[in-house]
Amino acid sequence: MTPAAPDETIAELRAAVASGDRSAVDICQHYLDRIAECHDRLNAFTTVLREKALERAATIDLNRDAWRDCPLLGVPITVKDVICTREISTTAGSRILAGFRPPYDATVVTRLLAAGAVILGKTNCDEFAMGSSTEHSIYGPTRNPWDLDRTPGGSSGGAAAAVAARLAPVSIASDTGGSIRQPAAFCGVVGVKPTYGRVSRYGLLAFASSLDQIGPMTLTVSDAAIVLGVIAGFDPNSASKPVPNFCEALSGHVRGTRIGVARKILADGVDAEVLDAFEEALRVLTAQGASVIEVDLPHMEYAIPVYYLVAPAEASSNLARYDGVRFGSRAPTNDGETTVERMYDQTRDEGFGAEVKRRIMLGTYALSAGYYDEYYVKAQQVRSLIRLDYDRALKRADVIAMPTTPTPAFRIREKIDDPLAMYLGDIFTVGANLTGLPAVSLPAGLTETNLPIGLQLLGRAFDETTLFRLATAYERDVPWWKKRPPVATV
Amino acid sequence: MPSRLTRADVERIAALAHLRLTETEIELFTKQLADILEYAERLRDVNTAEVSATWHPVPLSSPLREDDVRPSLPRDDALANAPDLGPDGLFKVPKVIDQ
Repeated sequence: MTPAAPDETIAELRAAVASGDRSAVDICQHYLDRIAECHDRLNAFTTVLREKALERAATIDLNRDAWRDCPLLGVPITVKDVICTREISTTAGSRILAGFRPPYDATVVTRLLAAGAVILGKTNCDEFAMGSSTEHSIYGPTRNPWDLDRTPGGSSGGAAAAVAARLAPVSIASDTGGSIRQPAAFCGVVGVKPTYGRVSRYGLLAFASSLDQIGPMTLTVSDAAIVLGVIAGFDPNSASKPVPNFCEALSGHVRGTRIGVARKILADGVDAEVLDAFEEALRVLTAQGASVIEVDLPHMEYAIPVYYLVAPAEASSNLARYDGVRFGSRAPTNDGETTVERMYDQTRDEGFGAEVKRRIMLGTYALSAGYYDEYYVKAQQVRSLIRLDYDRALKRADVIAMPTTPTPAFRIREKIDDPLAMYLGDIFTVGANLTGLPAVSLPAGLTETNLPIGLQLLGRAFDETTLFRLATAYERDVPWWKKRPPVATV
Repeated sequence: MPSRLTRADVERIAALAHLRLTETEIELFTKQLADILEYAERLRDVNTAEVSATWHPVPLSSPLREDDVRPSLPRDDALANAPDLGPDGLFKVPKVIDQ
């Protein structure tokens, strides 16, 4: 007889608390124990809120009746360390923010708390979310729960590893060029990059403001729909749109849904096992009545150079605020001879790591006199052509499908000395950010060596509903999320 | 084709970005940034003569609110993270003259 599966989806956890079967404290303690048990192996967290989380869970238990209707009643969550949490260390994995305790909560955090969530801690990430491996963090690399020698992807590697290893049922993260979807694919969990503007960015440490978006990482598609419903919506501090009921989409069928596939972009550089899993996923969906049509994304080959000019340009401007004056760390200046200019330079030199410096340099160059038109404006023009490609494709297709990443998780240190090689791996994810379109990555198989493979679906602007409908139909047939990595074997 | 990024370019950009790079960093970045920019050269192949630039991906309007006075962050909270506080709620910085 197999042991009963533990509660691990939002619906199960919430129901257990609402019915009184389990207390929020009991659930919180379970996950805190899991975090402690796995910390040395995974290094998924930068801060664990042992006392605060248990206190909060106890408050929920005490007021259970008043909170009964909350969608995340007693559900433990993690928050990526680039999202501000009031009075709780928020470092972005950077030395320059050592000791920073924001005086306010990000809008998403306020909403999650109002929905009854319990914050377990902050998750590790590449410094200022710049990276694809979670190796660029002062807290050291996070490891992939499926293979401890491999990266969990990035930048939200801690968030993905935490959900995959069952250290938390929900992680909240950010995605600027794939930072939610790529680690979701590498760790075998669901990750959603909502439409640009769907979720408030207030309280997210800005990396590239025209690309950044906050979204959920969960075990199942329905959990992602629940969490997106909580965090999306009107915020007087940020542009946004009215929110549909995402969960209503989950029972729908996919008959007649047209899935666009751009075969040309899969022609080279994609791992054979990833391709096989992708084709198999298409078969699962067509067997349910969806149809596959060929679409063309002719400017796809320019997506990486466009992204790696636009994002660093925006970053170089956003990161100018870290100057050692108003918050964050400051280099020692007690010799009496140091000028303010020298203090800025020294603070930034000591505070930022190599990848962040590289991108600030790249962005500053692309924006500097004499190069602005040649690099930055040119990139934004080609970005328009990329948008046009997707617009055309999404006139004929309801969604566009492609693998989330060209390969499964790579080894720690494999690409650390070759930034360009690291950037090229983002080929399938940057498009959703450049165009603002919503995209989801969901688990769609395991390689022979037991590494997760991700399927990515992109949709029309503000049409996350169709993505959820298709993703949940796939998941019902092939529930890969039930496969557990070695560190989470029951 | 523009000439390959030079060491002098890297030093100039570092000064603009307020980064004081070490000798090793200057050398490394000269090579790595040149490689990345060389890769980006392929954008020249795209004809963009008639194409306008995308500054923001999705047309959104910033919400307006009534012009009412609302509570803001208390001053002490806003100052609490300052690395060096002067008297009377001021940020303290090293001397600004002599530059």
